[in-house]
Amino acid sequence: MINRIFAWLTDGAHWQGSEGILRRLVEHLGYSLTAVIIAALIAIPLGLYIGHTGRGRVFVVNLAGAARAIPSLGLLFIAVLWLGPKFSGDIAFLAPAGLVLVVLAIPPILSGAYAGVEGVEPDARDAARGMGMRGPEVLRHVELPCALPLIMSGIRSATLQVIATATIAAVVGLGGLGRFLIDGLAVRDTPQTASGALLVALLALAVDMVLALVQRFVVSRGLTGRYRTVQTFDSDAGVTPPAPALQHSA
Amino acid sequence: MTWLQDHLGDVLGLTVRHIYLAGVPLILGLLIALPLGWLARRFRGLYPILIVGTSLLYTIPSLALFIMLPFLLGTQILDPTNVIVAMTIYTVALLVRTVADGLGAVPEAVNQSATAMGYKRGRRFMSVELPLAVPVISAGLRVAAVSNVSIVSVAALIGVAQLGSLFTDGFNRAFMEPIIVGVISCVLLALLFDGVIIGVTRLATPWQRAGKASS
Repeated sequence: MINRIFAWLTDGAHWQGSEGILRRLVEHLGYSLTAVIIAALIAIPLGLYIGHTGRGRVFVVNLAGAARAIPSLGLLFIAVLWLGPKFSGDIAFLAPAGLVLVVLAIPPILSGAYAGVEGVEPDARDAARGMGMRGPEVLRHVELPCALPLIMSGIRSATLQVIATATIAAVVGLGGLGRFLIDGLAVRDTPQTASGALLVALLALAVDMVLALVQRFVVSRGLTGRYRTVQTFDSDAGVTPPAPALQHSA
Repeated sequence: MTWLQDHLGDVLGLTVRHIYLAGVPLILGLLIALPLGWLARRFRGLYPILIVGTSLLYTIPSLALFIMLPFLLGTQILDPTNVIVAMTIYTVALLVRTVADGLGAVPEAVNQSATAMGYKRGRRFMSVELPLAVPVISAGLRVAAVSNVSIVSVAALIGVAQLGSLFTDGFNRAFMEPIIVGVISCVLLALLFDGVIIGVTRLATPWQRAGKASS
């Protein structure tokens, strides 16, 4: 079996064309990046605002928990059956599926941004005020940089969630690598299904590693240094699934 | 809601299967994560290896894992064992870090007092460190429980029956009611799991209530 999977993957014909691996890979990355960027544009400002003002914190804490309980497959089907008929052509499944991806990506980023600002040491905030900074300046120069590790954790867990859900979304007609899994299952083409699964897993790993690198570069060294020496359970070194960390700091 | 009345028996049967597929991995995952978390704490060099290793497993999308496991385990694709093993992997991935951090959060003075009272390493772990780490471990277990319940439903795509089968069934017939019943059942089940863990945690940590009552 391993040989057949290897043979499928190394067959040049499977890589090219409008239904080839490369095209599907680009589609998958395209959907995922678009969804995460839109979600981040909504969730980061909102999370920073809630963390900074303390307004609506109950909403954020409950939203993160509730979102985890909602099965993405069910949400996807409801969106397509409900919104699909309102559009025509490819948009009929692209728009609902895209909407679901964005909706699923918002809670982790929102609670990361909120928990990041919430967790900023009061001393640092007071010092910034003592230096004459106003609210928005404190947010930009102190709270935002200090919140970056948790914001990045939120983005990473949202991205993984979106890559996984985009895979499933092939069942409602979306492109991407999920096509190989869903189509392979439908026609019992085991090498294709298994190769698709392998490619999706590798894509998720690669994207998470890239984001881990980004996190390394964007997070201030003053922060990472401190987090390394103080090993309490709510510290976040950033290489791990962020859900429990968020839970603790929330 | 006539659909639900006609199919109540089916929905209950699928719910039981769902509880089994999501619940067993929670217990297995906890049993595997406890020694791993302890190792990560005991040997500092192992901590980053175990944490990074388990978090890599966590990145694998569920559908991909469900499909790859039969090749690694030699099972049939329809075998529910694949789902049990996949969910156990996710549970372990979430819990190893939680267990290690929970044990790490036990104050050093407490450990030293226990040692001074004559507790050997093994007994100290079982009767001092582990109970004190329960609230942290329980928080991680709640996250794992809720996400297990929702991820298991994806297994409907590979043909393993549980509440997610209502989604594929409803979608194939363009019929909304089973899907909505399935989503609501999943959320209720997640709440049930959450409630059970909170209840067990309360029973296992009587000192927390005692502290609250006196203060």
